[in-house]
Amino acid sequence: MTIKLGVPSKGRLMEKTFDWFGARGVTLSRTGSDREYAGAVAGVEGVELVLLSAGEIPRELAAGRIHLGVTGTDLVREKLGQWEQQVQEKAELGFGHADLIIAVPGCWVDVDSLEDLDAAAAAFRRTHGFRLRIATKYHRLVREFLQDNGVADYQLVDSQGATEGTIKNLTAEGVADITSTGDTLRANHLKILSDALVLKSQATLFKSRKADMDDDERVVMGTLLAQLGLDG
Amino acid sequence: MSEKAKIRARAAALASGFESAGAVAVETPVLLPAEALLDLYGEDIRGRAYVTTDALRGEQMLRPDFTVPVVQMHMAHGAEPARYTYAGEVFRRQEEDQTRANEYMQVGYEVFDRENPAASDAEVFAVMQEALKGVELRAATGDIGILAAAVAGLETTERRKRALARHIWRPRKFKALLDRYSGKAEMPASRAALLAADDPMAHKYPDIGLRSQAEVAERIDGLRADAAADPISPLQVELIEALLNVRETLPNALEHIRDLAVDMPAITEAAFRLRDRMHALEARGVDVESLEFEASYGRTSMEYYDGFVFGFYVPGRADLPPVATGGRYDALTQVLGQGREIPAVGGVIRPGILVQLEDVA
Repeated sequence: MTIKLGVPSKGRLMEKTFDWFGARGVTLSRTGSDREYAGAVAGVEGVELVLLSAGEIPRELAAGRIHLGVTGTDLVREKLGQWEQQVQEKAELGFGHADLIIAVPGCWVDVDSLEDLDAAAAAFRRTHGFRLRIATKYHRLVREFLQDNGVADYQLVDSQGATEGTIKNLTAEGVADITSTGDTLRANHLKILSDALVLKSQATLFKSRKADMDDDERVVMGTLLAQLGLDG
Repeated sequence: MSEKAKIRARAAALASGFESAGAVAVETPVLLPAEALLDLYGEDIRGRAYVTTDALRGEQMLRPDFTVPVVQMHMAHGAEPARYTYAGEVFRRQEEDQTRANEYMQVGYEVFDRENPAASDAEVFAVMQEALKGVELRAATGDIGILAAAVAGLETTERRKRALARHIWRPRKFKALLDRYSGKAEMPASRAALLAADDPMAHKYPDIGLRSQAEVAERIDGLRADAAADPISPLQVELIEALLNVRETLPNALEHIRDLAVDMPAITEAAFRLRDRMHALEARGVDVESLEFEASYGRTSMEYYDGFVFGFYVPGRADLPPVATGGRYDALTQVLGQGREIPAVGGVIRPGILVQLEDVA
């Protein structure tokens, strides 16, 4: 029997994940054609590589369909309720750093903080007759954050991509999104609120608390984690 | 009998009791258009209610409570005065605590009556208490209207009062604003710099988005006026805090609030309303001498209650939600009535909790 390791299926996140495992003597590789999502593991027996969209890895861990998975902390916290009871953080991998922040147009010179955002939202609602819109794909995290910080009179609108463009397109007044360098925000004439760091995220190896293992698989898990220099 | 059947039977008995008290039984849809609820409660409701969509009707919400559909129904074609009862499931997301039910029965009693608000408040409370007779419960009461009156009566700018009134339901934010307006908390550096700038509107960004530069300038004018306004006096802050801390039996609380009204004349009317309600409760046979009153009660629940609020709790069982809750929601009928309004007060019981208690007993 094998244990399943879920890894992002493309791009830098995949390459860096391969590098991180490789540096610890576990060689991950893609097999078949460039376009085929199949992979292999060398250096430790009994581990199967599953290539997945990073966004689906939290769900697969929670369902117990994979035993280990690499994805961002942001995705785990957004997608899993009571995430600590479903998965366990085994290691922060030191790449894929990104901050979930809230940004508004730079031309809003009166808005620097969440307190300002709240006041601007109240005035906006009076003027325009609807709640100030914040575009995001991180609904749960952003809602909880704004609620904790006493911001009212806003609404979240869903944006699964090109979020920074929504303001210019008049479909949102603010955005809540992941940024690492802030370049995209600047290019779209947005500024980050000074006290609106919702979450600091990085690529992290998670272990499922829901995936069943038999005795053999438990041995494989122990061997793999030891090889990676992690506690069982 | 299955647990569900027991709960249904209990709900039917409660509803028939409410009918005997004069209420008309009504039904509401389970799927509600999300727009009205979202506009009313804001984004918080999304964290608590299940939202689903179809391509034709757009966003629909699984009924998170009965108040909104019942008010809408009444505003559309109800005669006055009116008393309604209903029984059915409500649905709440529980993403933080798996042990809390995400689907449960509510049985309600709502009164729409302009005549005598104190009597209506007392009626709803007494009808609930009667329905819960025989179960050992602790009743808590409060009155959001007193705090709202105290805020409206502060000697400060309308702008500040509006901001405080908006955050009555967010105690932490309310406190932060009070600290700011009383000079206890300093102005943030970014705001001080903005106001000190020769031309605060000067910036290097293009003008994008729906919020116009005129709106930005207007807020800066507001900030400037606020910076020039006198701080709210320490005495006034003390009075508000003293009011928030009132927590005793209803007659003692009334005395206490009347004392505070000497220095805070703005709450005088609200104190009279509290007195009238106390007498109305007494007339209904409620033991007001031992009834708890807490000025802060109801501040963290949904923000549509704007007067009398109450709840019935199982003593020693902090793990259980309240068995019954309710209150006055005049402002909500204004919002939903689009220009029309009717004073309204109501309450709901969760028969599931009652059955759970009886199973243990």
